[in-house]
Formats: sequence, C-alpha cells, structure tokens
Amino acid sequence: MTRVRIPPTLRSEVGGEREVTGAGETVREVLEDISGRYPALEAQLFDAGDLAPFVNVYVGGEDVRTLDGLETRVNGASVILLPAMAGGC
Amino acid sequence: MLGTAPSLLDLVGNTPLVELSRFAPGPVTVYAKLESENPTGSIKDRVAKAMIEAAEASSELEPGRRLLEPTSGNTGISLALVAKLKGYPLTCVLPANATAERRRVLELFGAQIVESPGEEGSNGAVRLALELAERDPSYFMPFQYANEANPRAHYEGTGAEIAEALDHVDVLVAGLGTGGTLMGTGARLRETFPNVVIAAAEPLPGEAVMGLRSLDDGYVPPILDVSKLDRKILVSNEESVRGLRELLDTEGIFGGVSAGAVAHVARKLAGELEDGVVVCVLADGGWKYLSAEFWEAEDVAESMENTVWW
Repeated sequence: MTRVRIPPTLRSEVGGEREVTGAGETVREVLEDISGRYPALEAQLFDAGDLAPFVNVYVGGEDVRTLDGLETRVNGASVILLPAMAGGC
Repeated sequence: MLGTAPSLLDLVGNTPLVELSRFAPGPVTVYAKLESENPTGSIKDRVAKAMIEAAEASSELEPGRRLLEPTSGNTGISLALVAKLKGYPLTCVLPANATAERRRVLELFGAQIVESPGEEGSNGAVRLALELAERDPSYFMPFQYANEANPRAHYEGTGAEIAEALDHVDVLVAGLGTGGTLMGTGARLRETFPNVVIAAAEPLPGEAVMGLRSLDDGYVPPILDVSKLDRKILVSNEESVRGLRELLDTEGIFGGVSAGAVAHVARKLAGELEDGVVVCVLADGGWKYLSAEFWEAEDVAESMENTVWW
C-alpha cells in the first residue's frame, strides 16, 4: 500500500484524514483506488482523465509532471498531494 | 571590476560564481551563483529593473505613476530601489507574516505596505493585489508572475553570464517561485548546452500556509511552463535550514532559506552524476532571515510552519 499525504484543502474530502493509503503500481492506480473510497476526491484530482491543473502530485519528493505523470510508478515511495501555490518572494 | 557606475541600477547582475568544493566535494564540480551580490542583496534586482525598464520602453508606465506589487519581500525591496531612483511611488502587498526585516526595509525605502492574510501565503497577496489593481486603474502593476520581462532578465542576464563563464554545464538548479529564474536561465543555458538538466527546488509549505479554501484558489504563475523543467524536487523547511547552515559552516556563504534548499538539491543531483558541472543559483543572503525563530528553535520544522519562505 502507498501512503498518500493529504493537504488541508482536501481533507474534508477524505473524512479529515491527514494521510490515506491506496493500492496500485502507478500514481493513477493509487489515486483511483483512493477516489473509489472517497468519491468527492475524484473531482478535485482529475480533469478529463488527467491531473487537475491546481493539484501537484509528488512521488519520493519529485513532481510527477516531470516524471511520467499519472503513469509514474510508485515503487514503495510515499506520495504527497499539494495545492499549486504561488511562490516567489 | 574597478571603475565607477552612474547609479546602483548599473550594478545589477554580473554576479560571481564560486565553487562549493567543501560543501559538495567529489568528482562533480558544483558552482554557486551568488545573487546576494546584487545592490539590494537578491536576484530580484534583475527582475525589478527589467520589468520597469520594459514598461518604460513600451510607454505603458508614465512618469510618477504608482507601482503596486504582491511580494513577501525581495521583489518589493528591489522594486523599492528601482522606484526610488526612477521617481515612482510604490505600494507592496505582503502577507502579514512576512519577516520584520523585510517590512522595515520596505518602509525605509519609502514603500507603502498593504497586508494580506498570513494564512493565505503568497496566493493571498497575489489575489489582493489583483483586486486592488482592478479597483484602481491608476496603479501600474509590474506583476512578476505574468511579466515576460521577468524570465527575459534571466535569459539575458543570469543565463548568459553562466554560459559565458563556464565551458560546460550538466545541471542547473534554482528555486521555484514565480518560475522566472528557471524559465529564463534554463532557456539560455539550453541554447549553449543542449543536454543541460533544468532542476527546480520547490518549497514544501507548512500546513498553516496551505489553508486555501479549495484547490480552485490555487495558482500557477502564467510565466511558468512546468514542461520546460526536467526535475522538480520538494525541499522541506528543515532540509533548507540544514543546507543553509552547512553552506555557512563549510563555505562561509550566508544564504537565505531558498539558497539552503537550492544548495541541498544541487548536492543531491551532483551525487547522481559521475562527473560534470552543476550550477546552482543562490537567490539571496541570510540577513533578511535573522529575526526568524529557526536559528534557535528546537523543532525547526514547527518554527517555520506559519510562513512562506520563498
């Protein structure tokens, strides 16, 4: 099982949990597994089958958009979900 | 460089590259570009100067018009210098939890400050500034997040300087904020070194500053094209502080929080190579962080939760 860290913005969709677990070999499979149990999460994470624009997903601390996107393999690493935030002081 | 300059604005850029042989020893050479050597002490001098001069050149900005910008610090301080020397009044929108030094420097330079809610982080400052600009069209907002002069300053400056100084670059590491440094410097380096890996060091924000109402309030800067990045690596506040303390201990470089993060990622990526050259861009010095609690805090991560650090 892959541990998935949930940001404050998405906790109400998962019953207030800070972390949930999901089964699967790729990011897509893990997130779909979790969305199956928490249907409200699905609309937030996916946009026409792709990752929604304001969600960032990290595997082992690296953004999957610079890896293989939703097809990135999790390989036992933990997953972090974050809202897209402005940086740049 | 000996000689004289007409004003501080002529001393922006041309920052030194220094080898980090103690911080990152090994077969891979790591160089740091010290953006703290700019007139106000940060990389944002390049951006502020470029944005204002581009707006002047296109006649978008008339003499004496009030500038408005969302910024938690460095960009505001750089704009304050440029505004002062060029005769524009300036209003900065900054999160209420920005460090005291930043606020004081802005005030000393004569900038007006408008506070946005601290828990909304930079997104809150961006949102409020956009609202203010819409309500009052007399403001001119350079808006570093969407201004092409921001990446261009790094294409023509930061990137060109690195390409001129080094025969080869395998990896570029810079902090991800607006995306300006990574987009501009990356594009320029790719022209000279087609196989260069462009790597972003990205802050893992504390829980308290992620308190957005919904993901729809999220923000991706228009100038940032993530597809141009080869790596995008999260760095915790703790790793950043460890990095900046180590930079100080080993090299005597007193960097800011993002500098610590960038150096941390540079060393990590150097470890993935057998040989070659890694260049990291250290955006500012540590002076503006002296009032922060993380220097003495027992729980460094906890002490940094409530602030956006870069």
